[in-house]
Amino acid sequence: MLETLSNILHLIFSESFILTVVTASTPLLLASSGELVVERSGVLNLGVEGMMIVGAACGFAGTYWSGSTLVGALCGMLAGAMLSAIFGILTLGLAVNQVATGLALTIFGVGLSGLIGAQFVGERIVPAAHLYLPALTSIPGIGRIVFGEDPFVYVSIALIIGIWLFLYRTRAGLVLRAVGDNHASAHALGYPVLRLRMLAVLFGGACAGLAGAYLPLAYTPFFIPGMTSGRGWIALALVVFASWRPGRLVIGAYLFGAVSILGLALQPLQLGIPQQVMNMLPYLATVVVLVLISRARGTAGSAAPASLGMVFVPDR
Amino acid sequence: MKKWNVVAIGAVLALATATFGASYAADKLKVGFIYVGPIGDLGWSYQHDLGRKAMEKALAGKVETTYLENVPEGADAERSIEQLVRAGNKLIFTTSFGFMDATLKVANKYPNVFFEHATGFKRAKNMSTYAARFYEGRYIQGQIAGKMTKSNIIGYIVSFPIPEVISNINATMLGAQSVNPKVKFKIIWVNSWFDPGKEADAAKTLIDQGADILTQHTDSPAATQVAEQRGVHSFGESSDMIKFGPHAQLTADTDYWGGYYTKRAEDVLDGKWKSEDTWGGLDSGMVVMAPYTNMPDDVKKMAMDTEAAIKSGSLHPFKCPITDQDGKTVECKGGSHLDPGQILSMNWYVKGIDDKIPGK
Repeated sequence: MLETLSNILHLIFSESFILTVVTASTPLLLASSGELVVERSGVLNLGVEGMMIVGAACGFAGTYWSGSTLVGALCGMLAGAMLSAIFGILTLGLAVNQVATGLALTIFGVGLSGLIGAQFVGERIVPAAHLYLPALTSIPGIGRIVFGEDPFVYVSIALIIGIWLFLYRTRAGLVLRAVGDNHASAHALGYPVLRLRMLAVLFGGACAGLAGAYLPLAYTPFFIPGMTSGRGWIALALVVFASWRPGRLVIGAYLFGAVSILGLALQPLQLGIPQQVMNMLPYLATVVVLVLISRARGTAGSAAPASLGMVFVPDR
Repeated sequence: MKKWNVVAIGAVLALATATFGASYAADKLKVGFIYVGPIGDLGWSYQHDLGRKAMEKALAGKVETTYLENVPEGADAERSIEQLVRAGNKLIFTTSFGFMDATLKVANKYPNVFFEHATGFKRAKNMSTYAARFYEGRYIQGQIAGKMTKSNIIGYIVSFPIPEVISNINATMLGAQSVNPKVKFKIIWVNSWFDPGKEADAAKTLIDQGADILTQHTDSPAATQVAEQRGVHSFGESSDMIKFGPHAQLTADTDYWGGYYTKRAEDVLDGKWKSEDTWGGLDSGMVVMAPYTNMPDDVKKMAMDTEAAIKSGSLHPFKCPITDQDGKTVECKGGSHLDPGQILSMNWYVKGIDDKIPGK
């Protein structure tokens, strides 16, 4: 028993385990960060999976043609933003139902990415380079984890810190939250509700596109239709479970990644835990931990935007 | 949300039906295919689609084919199969184990349409089954792995505990044990046929736990690519994945369905189609080994000799006596080897596999 426990601890704190967890968590964090901003502005975009998969196809295309990871990442972001622009025009400009439009966006995105990506199936690219700082990266134990990741990992961390600063430390962030909580009042105060929401939607699209591009550029360096395998939906769920708070989102994304990899890593140890339990563990653990955090914070728990998903048509 | 979901799917369906319904061809036999993954998965569904194309080429002018890709297994499959029936397809191939009950249901409903279900065991008057004896290739892979491993740990990434997957694990183990009694397997169930990210995670985890040969029963080339990056060896699955692992791939157990699909369509055209069970192996060309690469000549020779022996029938991967995981000798229903029924319904591990079948 004690030996098993020490084996598990040894596994969890091994460099290779943590590296795998970081890779698995990064696309979730990138996509859910963008969606968090979108939802804080009061818009529910269920099309994350669709924007991600188009980002994956376009990201691969960009890197394939240019040979540069940066160009690929930018192509992915642009593609995600363009797809989200369609969503924005429909839901904000024409006041179409957000849930239906978001779902349609996912169905559309899956098809579109297959079309764009068909010519790249079976092609190879050079995967994203990892950071290498001679003195630091070679520190045993933590060197590669802290100083040896691919650029997307650092971007995802910078992004969520930036989002936190923006939402809670800037005036623009305060306005964005106000728009999400009560669009009528924000409008009455003279804030451009629809324009702010459109910007948030475009930002969310770019993040989802970047998250999608991460898959073929760094995670598994090839393009295959359907390669997001539902990660967009998990990103959506994470935003809700993190009760729309950036800090909890980081915990949620990494916890989900860690427990999924743990579920795989424990299987060969033959602990007698049914494998089906292992497979549901990431979902269960994430929900339980985030609910506990919310409870511990009392009423300050959720930051659910009050106007989330509601159509806003300014009266002129 | 639910309601809108239904509306959205309904709209897509209506559109799809309209598109299919619009194309009429007087005398051509319409043949439909249902794939579980995308045709670009470079694995299982990709190979079936190659088969479809081969049939279309061989019977040019006589057949017209349609396919639906990414069809989820389970209840939803029924709707997709019926959609193909309504679009006028007279011969329908459903190409994954999980489509079995849905295919049978639709087959009972439309007695004038012929159905072909891959890798299952339920048949009807108008429903045949077909499968390839992948385990023959797996046995060869096991032997190669047994010779090539230095750590004596083989990593095995698997999807779902269906008989085909289990019999393939067993065949690999029997092959490995025939040349190296010290071989151990580390098995990870990823609960998906196709999730490149998760397959890559599993591959990394297995290498971290000491595996120096990877094999898989999932459909993407992710594991082969991880093996290439980390400098270990791997086997491709369903398709030749050498492009993703030029230094890693040892061989691949690939499927060629074109010959079978062409023959079955011809049978319908000639009015000779009848319900039967087809199980083709290396000898029939339904299972083909990708070139043996990245191994010393003696291992390559051994693999080729084994392949020839299986083809000629002098070697059967499940030759008796076989001992199961608990040390009991398995009843030998096929004389000198297990009979097809035992292999097709296999739900036990052979001796030496240190894993528990999920759900057992």
